[in-house]
Amino acid sequence: MDSKELLEMQKIACKVRIWTIEGVFNAKSGHPGGSLSAADIMTYLYFKEMNVDPADPKNPDRDRFVLSKGHCCPSLYAALALKGYFSTDEIKVLRHIGAMLQGHPDMKGTPGVDMSSGSLGQGVSAACGMALAGKLDNKNYRVYTMLGDGECEEGQVWEAAMFAVHMKLDNLCMIVDFNRLQIDGHVDDVAGLGDIGKKFEGFGFEVIRMNGNDFNEIESAFEKAKTIKGKPTVIIADTIKGKGVSYMEDQVGWHGKAPNADEYKIAIEELNAQLKELEG
Amino acid sequence: MKIATRESFGLALCELAKTHPEIVVLDADLAAATKTEIFKKAYPDRFFDCGISEGNMIGVAAGLATCGKVPFAASFAMFATGRAYEQIRNSVGYPHLNVKIAGSHAGITVGEDGATHQCCEDLALMRTIPGMVVLNPADHYEMTEAVKAAFAYNGPVYIRLGRLAIDTFNDPDTYKFELGKGITLKDGKDVTVIATGLVVNEALKAVMALEEKGINARLINMHTIKPIDKDIIIKAAQETGKIITVEEHSIIGGLGEAVCAVTSEYCPVPVKRIGIDDTYGHSGPALGLLAEFGLDADGLAKRITEIMK
Repeated sequence: MDSKELLEMQKIACKVRIWTIEGVFNAKSGHPGGSLSAADIMTYLYFKEMNVDPADPKNPDRDRFVLSKGHCCPSLYAALALKGYFSTDEIKVLRHIGAMLQGHPDMKGTPGVDMSSGSLGQGVSAACGMALAGKLDNKNYRVYTMLGDGECEEGQVWEAAMFAVHMKLDNLCMIVDFNRLQIDGHVDDVAGLGDIGKKFEGFGFEVIRMNGNDFNEIESAFEKAKTIKGKPTVIIADTIKGKGVSYMEDQVGWHGKAPNADEYKIAIEELNAQLKELEG
Repeated sequence: MKIATRESFGLALCELAKTHPEIVVLDADLAAATKTEIFKKAYPDRFFDCGISEGNMIGVAAGLATCGKVPFAASFAMFATGRAYEQIRNSVGYPHLNVKIAGSHAGITVGEDGATHQCCEDLALMRTIPGMVVLNPADHYEMTEAVKAAFAYNGPVYIRLGRLAIDTFNDPDTYKFELGKGITLKDGKDVTVIATGLVVNEALKAVMALEEKGINARLINMHTIKPIDKDIIIKAAQETGKIITVEEHSIIGGLGEAVCAVTSEYCPVPVKRIGIDDTYGHSGPALGLLAEFGLDADGLAKRITEIMK
């Protein structure tokens, strides 16, 4: 991607991070770590990759995105709001009583959310169903689903993986946000996944590895995924949990905890400084 | 005519699919048993075997439904509602997706396979999911109409299917299925028997036999467990003063407790629940088990007589 576009992406991602922090802080709960690790990919998907239109969120020909790691919806909500699906005001009342934005994605209530998710392992199967429907109807849309690395401990992920390969769902692109941390600690210490790329390869996937916090690598990976025919693709995205907020980076404690007022102030200051630098 | 409701289900799906290309069918390596193979033969391009992975099957069905398909996902009741309960709850129920779930080989009449496969909890599990319609048709004609009604309803539906071939008793010329409406099969004033599914015909034979012994029982066929027909229950409670429920399902959480909930809130009368007590089944021929658990016509007549003493 050219430097102008790169700068544009980085600015949007920074805003996605700011609104992620706003959401989690105002909710006094939620999952900042995995939302921030995924923020760049989320930005790329909604602002470059996917064929979607906030004015027509139910268009049957649109690309679909299922956030299988549903707890990381703060950055999804931020991307959707910045894209124009709804006002950023909604983010200020995330998780409040009566709010549109639920603690985990709710397709019934939130424009742009293609599938309700949150119970880990389930979104991948739904994404397979969407991809299968696309094949049945000879449609050209693509289906993207993002999983956590910890989520790959769920058996259903591998049931879905077998199904996707068996059905030759080359319109399906799975992304594993490989930030190496889960609630109880390092993934390797909790229930190690071993060589995740080899696992997916063994299942029959095209496996692409990328730095999920680098837009040039993100672009190359998604461009390559689109050329793969006859089998699904998985992109293993090496990311940093909590990316963008210094004290959250690579810290397991920020998996599912909201910053207090002082911490919030530091996070917003840091992100605003990053944005200012990008804006020159 | 003797036919298992699983077979009636497979046939009804095929018939409906002729005019509704949006219908797709999923199974989890049990197509020969759930009888979705009838559909598979007729519409191979719209049938998807997900293999032995019920959780994934339900999720795939949910995804298909978001794209306008009307998936019927079938497995044994035990695995469809037990193994995949949470997938049904979160991926189908919560977003209220238009997915139909068929649970075959329900109850003890699975027979020889024994307790691990005899699901007597499916109605209870499915009842707890907000917005889920729960159907338990009693014979071939009822199943045929229930499948149509399930399709016509825009939202999640669970349909219970039986393995055992059973006699038809409804009159195909006059039979009418209305979702959420019980059917009075026989009027009576001493007591009301409310039965569901495979044992409705047994209950019918039992109340006819009791008539000759001076017990004038009303019999209601409750094919829809949820939403339950409050009106017909309240009317029965008011007019007969006693209710006996009959189901091939645990007495916990199924028809019996659904009826108790209505009577206790709107018209308290004594209710006796006949079904599978808080226990597992075991291996044996289906009819032998039905008799052993007191759910055949003779057993029911005996039990109702005792209750009426």
